[in-house]
Amino acid sequence: MTKRWLSTIWLLLVVMPWQAQALIIEITGGTESALPIAIVPFGGEGFSAPEDISAVIQNDLSRSGRFAPLPAADLISQPHEKSDINFKDWRLLRSEGLLVGKVSSLDGETYQVQFQLFDVYKGQQLVGKRYQVPASGLRRLAHQISDQVYQALTGEIGVFSTRLAFVSIVNNANGSKKYSLQVSDSDGANPRTVLQSKQPILSPNWASDGERLAYVSFENGKAEVFVQEMRSGRRNSVAAFKGLNSAPAWSPDGKKLALTLSKAGNAEIYILELASGKLSRVTHNSQAIDTEAVWMPNGRELLFTSDRGGRPQIYKVSADGGRAKRITFEGRYNASPDISSDGRTLTMVHGLNGKFYIAVQDLDSGSVLVLTETGRDESPSFAPNGRMILYATEKKGHGELAAVSVDGRIHQRLGESGRDVQEPAWSPIRK
Amino acid sequence: MKLLKLTAVLSTVVWLSGCNTLGFGKDDPNAAVEGGEVAVEDRNADSSGIDGDNASGTDLDGAETQVIVGDDEFQGGDVLDDPNSPLSNRVVYFEYDSSTVRQEDIATLEAHAAYLGENVNVTIRLIGHTDERGSREYNLALGERRALAIRQILMLQGASVKQFQVTSFGEERAEVEGHSEAEWQQNRRVELNYIGR
Repeated sequence: MTKRWLSTIWLLLVVMPWQAQALIIEITGGTESALPIAIVPFGGEGFSAPEDISAVIQNDLSRSGRFAPLPAADLISQPHEKSDINFKDWRLLRSEGLLVGKVSSLDGETYQVQFQLFDVYKGQQLVGKRYQVPASGLRRLAHQISDQVYQALTGEIGVFSTRLAFVSIVNNANGSKKYSLQVSDSDGANPRTVLQSKQPILSPNWASDGERLAYVSFENGKAEVFVQEMRSGRRNSVAAFKGLNSAPAWSPDGKKLALTLSKAGNAEIYILELASGKLSRVTHNSQAIDTEAVWMPNGRELLFTSDRGGRPQIYKVSADGGRAKRITFEGRYNASPDISSDGRTLTMVHGLNGKFYIAVQDLDSGSVLVLTETGRDESPSFAPNGRMILYATEKKGHGELAAVSVDGRIHQRLGESGRDVQEPAWSPIRK
Repeated sequence: MKLLKLTAVLSTVVWLSGCNTLGFGKDDPNAAVEGGEVAVEDRNADSSGIDGDNASGTDLDGAETQVIVGDDEFQGGDVLDDPNSPLSNRVVYFEYDSSTVRQEDIATLEAHAAYLGENVNVTIRLIGHTDERGSREYNLALGERRALAIRQILMLQGASVKQFQVTSFGEERAEVEGHSEAEWQQNRRVELNYIGR
C-alpha cells in the first residue's frame, strides 16, 4: 500500500503540465485509388467556432488515404443543408459523397453542430445527426463525424476518434535523456504527457476500455510493469519480481495481463489476474526466450515470440499453457506480434538480410506480405478496425512513427521534429 | 588483508606478464578485435617489421610492465582499482543475437570469478545490453540472457549465486549511438559493476 502511495506521489511530482509538441501526420504514398468526396465548409452564423470542424474532417479523411477531398475551388456552391443542394450540379463533379453541415453557438459555451452526408447520385441522405457539445468537445466531435462518414462510404469502422500512445525521448545537452509516455488524438493533435521519467519507458498497451495503459518503466533501475488510469493519472506497480518484468498485454476482457517474467530463471510468459493478483505460468522453456505475448481476440489463446527453435519466431499457445505451435516460417527473424481485431491477420517485425520490416501474415493461408521499406521498422500495432498498422521507424537518425495499410498501398508518416518517437500503441475504439 | 591483496596484485601481475599478448584493452571495446588483426599481421611481420605502436600494444617489454606495476598508486590498494589487472576489464562483448561468451573473454572472467570466490562478501551487478536491431522486448530478454551466461561462467569458476544481481536494459542504453556494425558491436555487451565501488 505504501508503495502504491509512493508511486502516486512520484507521478504528481514528475508529470508537470507542459505542452507536448504535436505529431504532424502526412500521407506519403498510395492515394491513387482514393475516393473523391466533396466536403463543404460548415456554415456558422455570425461567429467563429473555436475549431474548424469541416477542416478537421477533411484532414481525417484525406490522411486515411481512402478519400480525396475535392479542392475548395472546385466546390460549385456552399450548401449547408439538403434544401440548398442541387444534386444535378454536384453530379458533374464525379464525387459520390457530399458532406454539409453547420455550427451555431447556443450560449457562447455550448455549440450545436449538425452534419448530413449525401449520396450525390441518388440524392439521398446516407447519415445525418445533430449534437450539442461544449467548445472543448468540438474537435472530438469532428473525429466522430469523420468516423461516421468513413463507415457510411466504405462499410468499415472509422478509427479517427481513437488515440495513440507512444514514447517520446528528448536528448539533453548533458547526455542524459528524458522519456515521456504520451497520448495524442489519432491525428497527432492534442498530445499530453501521462508519464515522464529519466529512465526508459517501453511497451505501452491499451486496455480494451481505452481507459488504462499498461507499460514497462525502468524508474526503479530495472524493467517493471505498471498500470495507469488515464483519467485520474493513478498508477500501480503490478509486476516487480526479481528479474525481468515486461511486455504487458491486456486480455480482451480487461481483467488480466499477459506478462514476461524471468523470476524463475529466464524469460517466460505468465498471466496475471489483476483483481486477485493470481499469477499463472503459461510457458515452460528454460532454454529459450519467451516474450511479447498478445491475446487472440477469443481471449483463450496467446501469440508470443520465442527463440526455442534457434531464432525468434512467433508461436501460438493456449492461455492455460500446454504445447505451443509455431506459426511463422518465412524468414529467420519474426517478432513483436500483433493481431487484427478479427483474429485473421498477424503483423510482426520481419527480419530479412539483417534488416527489419513490418509484415503481415494471413493466419489461414500463411502467406506473408512485407509492407515497409526502410529496414529499421519495429513495434507494429494494429488500428482497431484492422485496416492500418502503426509502427516505429527511423529517419535521418531519428525515431519516428509511421503507418501503413494492411495491403501495403497507403503510407503515412507521423513526424515530430527534434526528438525520437517510438513504441506506438493504437487505442481501441472508445465505447 | 592488505598482504592478501598485495599477493593478489603480484600474482595478477605475473599472470598478466604471461598473457599480455592477449591485449587486455581495459575500456577499449575494440581491443579484442584489434588483437585479432594484429596477430594476423604478426605472422608476416618477420621481414617487414612491426611499427612502434603495434609493438607496444601487443608485446609489452619487461621494462614497461615494470613501470606500470611499480606505480605507487596501487600498492596496497584493492586489486579492483588496478588498471592493469584483468579485473579492470569490466565489459564483455557478444556476437549478434548471441549470448555465447567468446573465447577471448574467458581469461577475464576467470579472474573475476577468482576474485569473487576469494571475496565472498563482494557483490557484482551484471547488466546486459544489445544492439538496436530487432524487437525491443526480445532484446530486453536477450540482454538478460547474456548477463546470465556471464553469471554461469563466474559461478562455475567459484563465485556463488548470492553475489550477483542480474539486470538487462536491452537496447535502451547504447554505449555508442549509431546505426552500423562499428557501433553495434560496442553495444552488444554485459557490464560487470562491482557494487559499492
